[in-house]
Amino acid sequence: MTRRDWRKLGPGAAKFATLATFVVLLAFPFYWMLIATFKQNIDLYTVENNPFKFNLPPTLDHLKLLFFETRYVRWLGNTALVGVIVVIITLLLAVPAAYSLARLTGRWGQRMGIAIFLTYLIPPTLLFIPLSRVVAVLGLQDTIWSVVLVYPSFTVPFSIWLLMGFFKSIPKELEDAAMVDGLTRFGAFVKLVIPISTSGILTVVIFTFTLVTQEFVYALTFISPESQQMVGVGIPIFLVRGDVYFWGSLMAACLITSVPIALLYNTFLDRFIAGFTVGAVK
Amino acid sequence: MAVENRRLGFDVFPRSGFYIVLLIGGPLVLAVMYAFSDARIGNPGFHYVGLENFRSILQSPSFRAALRNSVVFTVVAQIIVIVCSTMLSIALEKPFQGRKFTRFLILLPWVAPISLGAIGWKWILDSIYSVITWVLIWLHVYKPYGAPMWLGEPKLAMASVILVHCWRLIPFSTVIMLAGLTAIPKDIPEAAAIDGAGFWRILFRINIPMMAPIISVAVLFGTIFTFTDMTVVYILTAGGPFDSTQTLPSLAFATGIQGSDLAAGAAMSLFLIPVLVLIAYFMLRAAHRAEVT
Repeated sequence: MTRRDWRKLGPGAAKFATLATFVVLLAFPFYWMLIATFKQNIDLYTVENNPFKFNLPPTLDHLKLLFFETRYVRWLGNTALVGVIVVIITLLLAVPAAYSLARLTGRWGQRMGIAIFLTYLIPPTLLFIPLSRVVAVLGLQDTIWSVVLVYPSFTVPFSIWLLMGFFKSIPKELEDAAMVDGLTRFGAFVKLVIPISTSGILTVVIFTFTLVTQEFVYALTFISPESQQMVGVGIPIFLVRGDVYFWGSLMAACLITSVPIALLYNTFLDRFIAGFTVGAVK
Repeated sequence: MAVENRRLGFDVFPRSGFYIVLLIGGPLVLAVMYAFSDARIGNPGFHYVGLENFRSILQSPSFRAALRNSVVFTVVAQIIVIVCSTMLSIALEKPFQGRKFTRFLILLPWVAPISLGAIGWKWILDSIYSVITWVLIWLHVYKPYGAPMWLGEPKLAMASVILVHCWRLIPFSTVIMLAGLTAIPKDIPEAAAIDGAGFWRILFRINIPMMAPIISVAVLFGTIFTFTDMTVVYILTAGGPFDSTQTLPSLAFATGIQGSDLAAGAAMSLFLIPVLVLIAYFMLRAAHRAEVT
């Protein structure tokens, strides 16, 4: 090949090689979970066996153990319940707040919007110690209500931020016209603004729900009994007995929990990213 | 109408504002108060002790290790993440067959719960059954049973923690940069191509410089996510061996919650604030610039 051919081939081949390398590196742990899920224990724990293939026939034992002999299903239930309640609280608080901030024109609206965004930067690892006391004083320790109380503190700010963008894109003249036609401000909001913003509200619902399933620090701090766990803490902490790791079931649980969350998140990802990059990309 | 809009803003906003202030501002104030007290889980009253907590944690070798690790992990991870995700976003920019699925596979580490991803890595880095060990023995790099324990030796454990942070953040930075790439006006690189500039020249002279603002957004978020994270360390190594992977958040958890010393734990977590303030400053500046131009 001449130098010229190489140069032509260069970019395409480099792109392909980059993509292939990163796909393998980034997705490998999930592939590895899949393999471990169906491998017999003797196969998993024999150092000499080639770990990339099934040296013994695949088995469903790990899945049976996970679903029938651990609290995994209970954790899923807890997480779903917390997710739904937190979504409702978040919508109730974030929708009106975002609407009023979007319509609050001028400097104050902008300042408050930015202040809301900045609160999203305050991490759980800064607040978990005092919040553990708050939760204890309120008597919510070791129940899922502790995280129901605390999770809105990070789901609400980002939801307000996302929704503000949606509401701002709705022309104010539309509401003004509806109000001239006899609707109240609240009526115009319910009958006009909310239906137009369904996709924004749906984004917030999915975003809040996935954040709840991904959270670890607060759930670990506030809840200790096995039966009250959220799935993100239950799997890594309670599927381990003493020092014994049930790797097969552990990997099965990770995979089964991660994939639906990942699919859901992936569908709405572009909208979250728009929320992150407001300001830098116009 | 303007006056009415303004009233609406001030009327409705306070209700949710109140919740946020109560659940973020309140604990923040409480954290500062704890840091100047001798509160413990068994005895959580406020007894002012001045800078006593700060004096004692600054003298503790564990804390100094945690402070150093937090900075090292964050800086090293950010450098690796930026290089990798710049490459990856450019490779992903143009449409090709199977792009959606490729993007999903690349995104998995970010969109799956990190506590579960970290436990997956714990299996990959297992002291006996690690697949990495098996491959290295197969390649005759190590003799059977002669490979190091990835999470058992300080240097290797630190590298492992950084690796998992990068694994999680590369997808996130990549999508942020993809969003930035699509916003670059296409006529400039196209004009350069017509003038005879090749792919690589356009890449380094035009695309990458034009991506600078979006790269900085990715770095700011990435810094927060790494610096304030305790999940990866807690699951992978729990700070060990010998505090070699301890970070500020993981040590604050070990001290304040597991060790029931609320005051010392709170004082440790306050050391996150300077970095957060710095990040907030740069974000505000970026937002302000976007507003002006």
